[in-house]
Amino acid sequence: MRLARQVGSGLVWICGSAILSDAQGSILRPAGAQAGNVEWLYWTIFWIAFVVYVLVVLAFTRAATRNRVRDKEPVPVLQNPPGERGALIAVHSALAITVITLFVVLGMSVVTGKKVEGLTSKNPITIQVTGHQWWWEVTYPNSQADQTVTTANEIHVPVGKPVVILTSSADVIHSFWPPNIRGKRDLLPGYQNAFWMQVDEPGIFRGQCAEFCGYQHAHMGFAIVAESVDDFSKWLEKQRKPAELPTDEEIGRGQQVFLSHACVMCHTIRGTGAASRMGPDLTHLAGRHMIAAETLPNTRGALAGWIVDPQSTKPGSQMAPNPMSSDDLNALLAFLQSLQ
Amino acid sequence: MAVADPIIASPSERHERLARTWSDGRGVYGWFTNVHHTTIGRRYMITSFLFFVLGGILAALIRLQLARPENHLLDPDKYNQIFTVHGSTMIFLFAVPMMYQAFGVYLVPLMVGARNIAFPRLAAFSYYIYVGGCLLLWGGLLLNIGADTGWFSYVTLSGPAFSPGKRVDFWAQMITFTELSALAVAVCLIVTIFKHRAPGMTLNRMPLLIWEKLVLSFMVIFAMPAVMLVSSMLLMDRTANTHFFNPAEGGDVLLYQHLFWFFGHPDVYIIFLPGAAIVSTLVTTFSRRHIFGYPGIVVATIATGFLGFGVWVHHMFATGLPQLSESFFTAATLMIVIPTAYQFFCWVATLWTGRPQLRLPMLWVGGFFFVFLIGGLSGLMLASVPVDQQVHDTFFVVAHFHYVLIGGAVFPMFGALYYWYPKIVGRMANETLARVHFWLFFIGFNLTFFTMHFLGLRGMPRRVYTYLPEMHWASLNLIATSGAIFMTAGVLVFLFNVFWSREKGPIATANPWGAGTLEWGVSSPPPPYNFLNIPIVSGREALWDDPPHQPVVSGLRDDVREMLLTNSLDAEPEGREEQPGPSIWPFVSAVVVSVVLIGSIFTLWAVVYGIVPIIITIVGWIWPTQREASQTRSHEKWSVAP
Amino acid sequence: MAYRLALAALLLIVLAGCEREDRRFRPSPSAANILNSVQVSGLHPGGGPLQGGPALPGYYEESAYAVNEGKRLFNQYNCSGCHANGGGGIGPPLMDPAWIYGGEPGNIFATIMQGRPNGMPSFRNRIPEYQAWEIVAYVRSLSGQLPSDVAPARGDDAYFKPAEQAMPKQTPTGITGVPEKKK
Repeated sequence: MRLARQVGSGLVWICGSAILSDAQGSILRPAGAQAGNVEWLYWTIFWIAFVVYVLVVLAFTRAATRNRVRDKEPVPVLQNPPGERGALIAVHSALAITVITLFVVLGMSVVTGKKVEGLTSKNPITIQVTGHQWWWEVTYPNSQADQTVTTANEIHVPVGKPVVILTSSADVIHSFWPPNIRGKRDLLPGYQNAFWMQVDEPGIFRGQCAEFCGYQHAHMGFAIVAESVDDFSKWLEKQRKPAELPTDEEIGRGQQVFLSHACVMCHTIRGTGAASRMGPDLTHLAGRHMIAAETLPNTRGALAGWIVDPQSTKPGSQMAPNPMSSDDLNALLAFLQSLQ
Repeated sequence: MAVADPIIASPSERHERLARTWSDGRGVYGWFTNVHHTTIGRRYMITSFLFFVLGGILAALIRLQLARPENHLLDPDKYNQIFTVHGSTMIFLFAVPMMYQAFGVYLVPLMVGARNIAFPRLAAFSYYIYVGGCLLLWGGLLLNIGADTGWFSYVTLSGPAFSPGKRVDFWAQMITFTELSALAVAVCLIVTIFKHRAPGMTLNRMPLLIWEKLVLSFMVIFAMPAVMLVSSMLLMDRTANTHFFNPAEGGDVLLYQHLFWFFGHPDVYIIFLPGAAIVSTLVTTFSRRHIFGYPGIVVATIATGFLGFGVWVHHMFATGLPQLSESFFTAATLMIVIPTAYQFFCWVATLWTGRPQLRLPMLWVGGFFFVFLIGGLSGLMLASVPVDQQVHDTFFVVAHFHYVLIGGAVFPMFGALYYWYPKIVGRMANETLARVHFWLFFIGFNLTFFTMHFLGLRGMPRRVYTYLPEMHWASLNLIATSGAIFMTAGVLVFLFNVFWSREKGPIATANPWGAGTLEWGVSSPPPPYNFLNIPIVSGREALWDDPPHQPVVSGLRDDVREMLLTNSLDAEPEGREEQPGPSIWPFVSAVVVSVVLIGSIFTLWAVVYGIVPIIITIVGWIWPTQREASQTRSHEKWSVAP
Repeated sequence: MAYRLALAALLLIVLAGCEREDRRFRPSPSAANILNSVQVSGLHPGGGPLQGGPALPGYYEESAYAVNEGKRLFNQYNCSGCHANGGGGIGPPLMDPAWIYGGEPGNIFATIMQGRPNGMPSFRNRIPEYQAWEIVAYVRSLSGQLPSDVAPARGDDAYFKPAEQAMPKQTPTGITGVPEKKK
């Protein structure tokens, strides 16, 4: 009875792990060699663990039931139990097998670790990611200042090429984690961490902050957009340009609303007078596929709700409510949606 | 295993005199002056179980909030306080106090054959200080100033710039309270185990639980100072404007993590090793044979104690430390599996070659095997750096540590509570209710925490107050929440059983399970003086190995609280010592120390002005009584009555 | 035993009714007439003593969170650009007792919202009122007006002045009308 229950639970464990392998955002759905190596290691250790588990649980069940006495009152103690020698051999053999297995796991782990961190490239693209409460500042540094790109929450990378991510934090410890691509690395204030990352499939891969960082830790997501080398270069070029001049009256009015309300206190839009570094750079906001650190879709309605009352979606975040008339809001939205 | 007449309480003049000498005071004053280990042990059990229930209520709130995506049951501020206080309560106010302090204070003197714990006033003081810590943490939560930065409270989030107000200060000072309490108990237990064992109980004949408490006490002495240091450094950063963790002034945020986990990892072994020792005890009793591999298990316990200090960096694999260093800690983390695996094999061997009687507490041993093993094996995955870097700080880790902590401590704890219930209360617990409790708790636990493995693998980080619907975590979270209902029901059945059986359960004999350790040689519940005469021990299971006519020690005074002192290695009698009787000073000192510690959060002058009352209470505590001043320690030779 | 449990439960309930720390993410705007009732000049017909300004709406000086938000905003909105963490530079110091336009909360609020001649910008419509009140509470903590369990502790910055909670309390001198002479 107990045996059946235990075996059944073990089966559940296997099936469960199998079911989730198609989930986006899962570590078992790798989009790059680094996550692929980890996935291999995970399954290998999993099967070793499964076998160990079944063996030990079976041994326990057999041990507990083979000579079982059903009396309620305590039966006399066995002063010289039979089978001591056999037990001695069994225990020490099991111990030896355990030690060997552990060494195997150690070896596999070290080798996999080296593979994951062992990417190399002559002139990799470098991306500086700085963690803020509760958004990601993303910079593509360049030796020429006007070629440096600053954006937020969305990281574009070319497919198939290793990139270097440099991390730091402006306030508390955050953790950069794109599960489909590689394991996480903490963003520590006072430290500059660096690691390799390579995505081998095109697509948009969501990541999330994985170190508790305050009120909106739950909503601090980011996206890695992997695209072909050409598309990436085009995107980078576009990001370098400042915002275009307003093309129609409503967009122009929207720009005025932006510059005369609280927006200008916190956000930068290159090409206008707004140059604050407190919040995310909005110069090419309309080109991003989500807003508010991968929390809301980048649609007119979501943007409107976010601007007017960010505290309802992300209570505790650093963006204040911005009540304004609907004319102003419409104009502002037109302006923001023009920032391709 | 027949109960020896000379050690069990029986109506006689000797019993009357001993009972008078060792009995507790009456009334409210008597309650606060009590220094007997069974009372203090019971208080620890009740208080720590109360906080287990309170922590469980917080867990239920967490699960309710996470049952649906973008749920609005708790706002992020409340949620942060709740999960922080849940973790802090479970670790600091329940797990260590129950597994180490409650069982240690209650069982160790009985198991070694002593009348009381060494330094009884210090043991009482430790309980009051522990309660002070409980009140501090929960008082904060109830006043909306609960700690809200996680149970390990990393800087710089918990530092002065990003956690304004008193919240983290309350948390940091609660650490000081609880660790002071554990250190005090460590001192009491080490001395009891080394110096107060019954004659004949050489180190080689000590019960495994005693060995474990000894190892644990040394672990506490080495680990607790690290956390007291780091919490004090955090407090000083926040109130005295120091720069320990300020990167701009040369401080280091990783220093906090190293110091914290240097304590934190041994802490979880402090929680698990008692569970393993309880399993050893239960397996011995219910296999009806001596445990297989006793010397190996002793070595394994000591080895785990040592190795537990060498693995702390595995909590920091994501911080960007050098690969070689991280690999070293992978090796150490895998190595620490070996002593635990050895214990598992010995338990199986004991059952296999014994004559198992699967009484009620063995149900929990079965649960322990099933549950803890899963946790240990998921620990194998976490030991490996690349895998850990993927699942660290996700629900996979939450699943892992709940499997090892609940499987490795809570399941054995319930087994222990049912096993020793007759000894503590004097009646047997109801078996049917206990089985219902087990199955409800077991099923609920697996429903909740097994699903969390999948959530972690699917990318759900921990400590999130909600999640987006498009992440497809909703159904798994709902399953996890449903398990909480079963667990709650199970614990309620347990509580009902405890209270109901106190009145209605069948009266327990001295040794209902036929066990071999000394506590089963006295009546249930034990008399205030424990043993009518201190027994002489001749084997590893004292009651199973005693000769037909149990020799006992004679000559100890019964008109004062006198304890026998024996040699540390061979337990040869060395002398005798008078213990202090009931005293109000532990309580008064605890109150004074609490006031000073809490005051120091608000102003550093509290420390300065607080020196005076502390000195007064210390003087009151050590002021010799009339009798002590005129008596000298005697070192007579001892005789053993046949 | 039951009596003790009941007593403990009662105590817990009583405790739960005590005053709590308040943290508001979206405080509602205060009454609008503050700006009209604040006196920013020491001169007024008939002489006589200065009338006190309107008090700070209750919550801000009692919540450590609100004051800390004020500190964050003071840094992020670059008040330090002119006031240099309270020591002054282009603008007057804020950690001393001398106040050109008054050191009462309402006066400081008016100064922030209206701006002042010779360089203090007006932040009306640029920052929400509740943030201005948070900054007001922080500015008052710079001269030690707030109790030490509400005032912020040291920031995670280079050490250039004692933390606000360690500042000795200075008595504001009211409206001086005269910028402090540079030494």
